[in-house]
Amino acid sequence: MEFTGKTWKFGDNINTDLILPGRAQLFTEEEQLRCVFEANRPGWIDEVAKGDILIGGFNFGMGSSRPAARSLRNTGLTCMIAESINGLFYRNCVNWGFLALECEGISTAIEEGDEVQVSFEDFKVKNNRTGKTLQARAIPDVLLNTMKAGGVLPLLESEGLIAAPV
Amino acid sequence: MGMTAIEKILAKNSGQAIVKPGDLVVVQVGTAVLYDNNFAPSIWRDILKVQNPESVVVVFDHRVPAKDIISATAQKIGREFVKKFNIERFHDVGPSQGISHVLVAEHGYALPGTVLVCGDSHTCSAGVFNCAARGTGAPDMFYAVTKGETWFRVGETIRYDLTGKLTAPVSMKDVFLHIADTYGSHANLNVEFGGPALANLSMNARRTMTTMCAELSAEFATFEPDPLLLDYIRERNPEPFEEQYPDEDANYLDRRTIDLDKMEPLVALPDTVLNNSQKVGDVVGTKIDQAFIGSCANGTLDDFAAAAAVLKGNKVSSEVRLIITPGTQNIYLDALRQGYVETLIEAGAVVTSATCGACGGAHLGILSAGESCITASTRNFKGRMGDPDSKVFMGSPATVAASAIKGSIADPREIVG
Repeated sequence: MEFTGKTWKFGDNINTDLILPGRAQLFTEEEQLRCVFEANRPGWIDEVAKGDILIGGFNFGMGSSRPAARSLRNTGLTCMIAESINGLFYRNCVNWGFLALECEGISTAIEEGDEVQVSFEDFKVKNNRTGKTLQARAIPDVLLNTMKAGGVLPLLESEGLIAAPV
Repeated sequence: MGMTAIEKILAKNSGQAIVKPGDLVVVQVGTAVLYDNNFAPSIWRDILKVQNPESVVVVFDHRVPAKDIISATAQKIGREFVKKFNIERFHDVGPSQGISHVLVAEHGYALPGTVLVCGDSHTCSAGVFNCAARGTGAPDMFYAVTKGETWFRVGETIRYDLTGKLTAPVSMKDVFLHIADTYGSHANLNVEFGGPALANLSMNARRTMTTMCAELSAEFATFEPDPLLLDYIRERNPEPFEEQYPDEDANYLDRRTIDLDKMEPLVALPDTVLNNSQKVGDVVGTKIDQAFIGSCANGTLDDFAAAAAVLKGNKVSSEVRLIITPGTQNIYLDALRQGYVETLIEAGAVVTSATCGACGGAHLGILSAGESCITASTRNFKGRMGDPDSKVFMGSPATVAASAIKGSIADPREIVG
């Protein structure tokens, strides 16, 4: 699994209240999507395009357990790459099926708008502008397979443990 | 090499002799706590099978009593789930109402040495009971409830040895702000507390600390077991358990001593608690519009006592709204019986029923653009308590109460102490 896409760059400690504000917590998925980054980057949601890639700093996704990873997935981003990802947010990336990599040095190796090439086979990230390649942290197979399969809900559904979406 | 307390709990519940940092473990879930947001139509998927209904707790806390149609709908779905699977440990609007993490403490649901998961980030609160308690996402909760297990990445552990003794009005909130200010993020790390100071720390005070560890981005927070902890659980839950002590040769990433004698009131500036606090004296006089005491971190009887000690015989500034929200209805009743509620209302505070409420900007005290609030709750992210252009300072309940009197951030030691 490999993607090439245009990057959007965010800083350190981006929290879930920024990704998905509290006021939107019980909104529908479509309504939640409209609120992504409204406080720190108003208008971004209209600029991001299908196939783009998000670059984050340290401890991306700190904060609450809300379905912020699902909202990022719903923006059309193919994946995200951060210096480090908050533990709870990482769980949500796995379980909502949003591909996410931790890669040391990514925030200095990429300038916003650079095109990057990401492999979810060997976990290499290449900046197509500079030619520089970084090695991201490998994702354990069981977690990667869950991410690729769209998270745990399709799995639970296939095992007859939860109902299909209404 | 020995194991830390949290490594031993994860080893025990994953059926392994040893676990170490870097491992990915699958553990049996002892307690799974569902709350109102999980039942929101945009999240909920009808559960067809529950692995063990006796391990499940259902709580409505974020928006109780229902504040709008969508939260009312979520709670209706939750009640249907409870009925369908005969969930006995159910906390609806009424006498057993409260914030999930506070109810878990009040009822002794989190047994030492076990695993507890809940789809709220402050679940690390129950780590105070020597329990591997972690906030997860909603899909994790569907998995845990239907399959009875979950997974964790095992991180390194930082050990904090607490020494000395706190002197009121300095509280555990100030100790937490000191740790967050001094050491910053603990992302992907576990935090273990122990040391001689435990002998003088109530379970409420300790739980303020573990709850706030979510703000350090810690994986697990836990306390070393002691008689106070073990008796607290035994008084509330007859189930047997095996508490887990850290090995003497446990491998810690770092070991830090915090002298409680040296603590003083701190205030976190808006947007984060990480490396962002000042001594209260350095921000005294900063004007505020609202003051809040509550949440899973500071809605305990200890917090009511601290607020009442400051507010007794004083008046809340006419420029400030002071909102106080108990963690559970039982705490409300205890605070009423102790006379704290009367003191607080006479001083001009509004005491609400038990809910997460203003802490998450859900209801009962939302901030408008340009307003400032000082809060004794869990989190001060930008926009957390309302408009993105509002500001949230964080302090102890005593500091919040003192600030409510003055109309601007104030040092509680000038009023009591």
